[in-house]
Amino acid sequence: MDMKRHYYEDIQIFQKPVHVFWFVILLIGLVILPLVTRNYTMSLVNFIAINVIVTLGLNLLVGYTGQISLGHAGFVAIGAYATVLLMQHLGLNFFPALVLAGFVAAGFGFLLGLPALRLEGPYLAIATLGFGMAVTQIIGRSTFFGGRMGLKVPKINIAGITLSSDKELYIVIISITVLMAFAMRNLTRSRVGRALIAIRESDIAAETLGVNLAWYKTLSFAVSAFYAGVAGGLLAIIFGYINPSIFDFVMSILFLAMVVVGGAGAILGSILGGIVVTFLDLKLNAVTSMPLIGDLLREISTRWMSVSGLPNFRSVLFGILLILFVVFEPHGLYGIWLRIKKYWKTWPF
Amino acid sequence: MFSQLIINGISSGSLYALVALAMVIIYKASEVPNFAQGEMATLSVFVAWHFVNAQFLPFYQAVAAALLFAFAVGVLFEFTVLRRAEKPSILELIVMTLGLQMFIYGIIGWKWGAEQKTFSLPIAEDSVVQLGPVVIGWLNIITIVTSLLCVLLLYLFFTHTKLGTAMRAVQMNSTAARINGIRVHRIMSLTWGLSAVIGTIAGILFAPVSPLDPQLMWDPLLKGFAAGVLGGMTSPFGAVLGGYILGIIENLFGAYISLEFKSVVAFALIVLVLWFKPSGLFSRHYERKV
Repeated sequence: MDMKRHYYEDIQIFQKPVHVFWFVILLIGLVILPLVTRNYTMSLVNFIAINVIVTLGLNLLVGYTGQISLGHAGFVAIGAYATVLLMQHLGLNFFPALVLAGFVAAGFGFLLGLPALRLEGPYLAIATLGFGMAVTQIIGRSTFFGGRMGLKVPKINIAGITLSSDKELYIVIISITVLMAFAMRNLTRSRVGRALIAIRESDIAAETLGVNLAWYKTLSFAVSAFYAGVAGGLLAIIFGYINPSIFDFVMSILFLAMVVVGGAGAILGSILGGIVVTFLDLKLNAVTSMPLIGDLLREISTRWMSVSGLPNFRSVLFGILLILFVVFEPHGLYGIWLRIKKYWKTWPF
Repeated sequence: MFSQLIINGISSGSLYALVALAMVIIYKASEVPNFAQGEMATLSVFVAWHFVNAQFLPFYQAVAAALLFAFAVGVLFEFTVLRRAEKPSILELIVMTLGLQMFIYGIIGWKWGAEQKTFSLPIAEDSVVQLGPVVIGWLNIITIVTSLLCVLLLYLFFTHTKLGTAMRAVQMNSTAARINGIRVHRIMSLTWGLSAVIGTIAGILFAPVSPLDPQLMWDPLLKGFAAGVLGGMTSPFGAVLGGYILGIIENLFGAYISLEFKSVVAFALIVLVLWFKPSGLFSRHYERKV
């Protein structure tokens, strides 16, 4: 590739003018999008954008720091409930409530990060799994959180305008998403990001080089939880109604799937993974109405499986997807993108 | 009352012990907690149910077929997936077992639907034995005896057979095992198969006391994890003991303190143990090198 003459060329946000160009195109596209699509499509886009936020945060933890979390749905739940309760009981506006909820989630992330200092790999996986389950259990048993019935989310009101349609919500959600993606890019290229990558490669070696393990590991958990918390608040808004059964273990695994499919340790990977997996997930909910594939699946179901169990095809496909990506493309979609880029850059050779 | 609680605790503890044992065997060989353990067992129990209720096989043949099936699933997963990955990191290994877990969960739901079924042993459900002040159900007796028998057989297998010794060698140091002429991959496959069989035995013992649905082994799996962590994931002896300890503590807690939060005890125990002795109660701690 091109020769770099100075260290700062390597860590710039936009390494080449062409990146600025494409970024501006992307922003213009995001602005135009609500003008040319229907309201229903916008609700899908909102949902995808929220999942991208969670994936960005989880990728910091999994892809950059090399820790694991099987309980991220717990942080999303904390963010969602904190947003709603802060708005209801303290009468806060939406944005302060959302930011505060993010910090509440970050606080829990910090607490979960503390035992993570002593745990590694498999033990950490079990501990975070337990955390995710404990959160929904506690919410489901407590009347303050609305128990199993859940809570109704109040309508949000910004500068006197009540946001109701998906297009209006889109403006809020997509600007937060772009902002948070930008912030994440900024974080990962900084001193903090490099420290986290060093921890991923070898935590003992990082410590000998002067990286404060305790601080950076808990920081990584906290930031990751902050992203999940903010996403949870937004999720509550677009659902209009939250109960603990939304934030189950499958949700945590889906987030992990987004990171793995997109590509661990890459911002672009988080965005790609969030988009692709969420899109697949939404499409698979109505798999029988898809042309060709729907008929084929119904045929298989009546012959060997059962028709009533067909919605479970979603789990089957995601399971296969996870395994295939880890075995054949550990760098995810981002890895594929890198290879395509490299191929064309050096083309005739 | 107290001795009754202890007996009940030992009974549920023996299930946890079996699950923990299955987990530890794999953990020692592949260094991955097998999140698909529960689903592999559930699938095999469903296969047994299918043989009994759709093919009308006698119970024992159906169970034998299910155990064979479980063995095949374990071997197949190692052969088709784990072996294909190039030097997977711990994270990637965990993701692969999670993928298998989702896959099997989906298959079970797709094939048998979500409605609950019943799978019972061919004994009268409510027949009991009176031992002084203690009443023991036959089901509990069978559970306790079967798990003890399994542990004993496994002990003999690991210490007195060539294959068992080879498995231990691979668990200790796979490179050294390969240098000594052991086919590491083949042993690994068999280890996965063996673990799946043990998990399935636990599943079949657990199915009569729980509705048979795709989430059958969720609870035992989590408790098995807890038991494994309690005893130290690298010690089979510790895992079994951890299972019994967990079962007894859980039952005492449920009776004397709070029935509602009985299921949380396992996690509280894990947190306590990991806090004070991160490598578990019964395993040696090794310092890692860079």
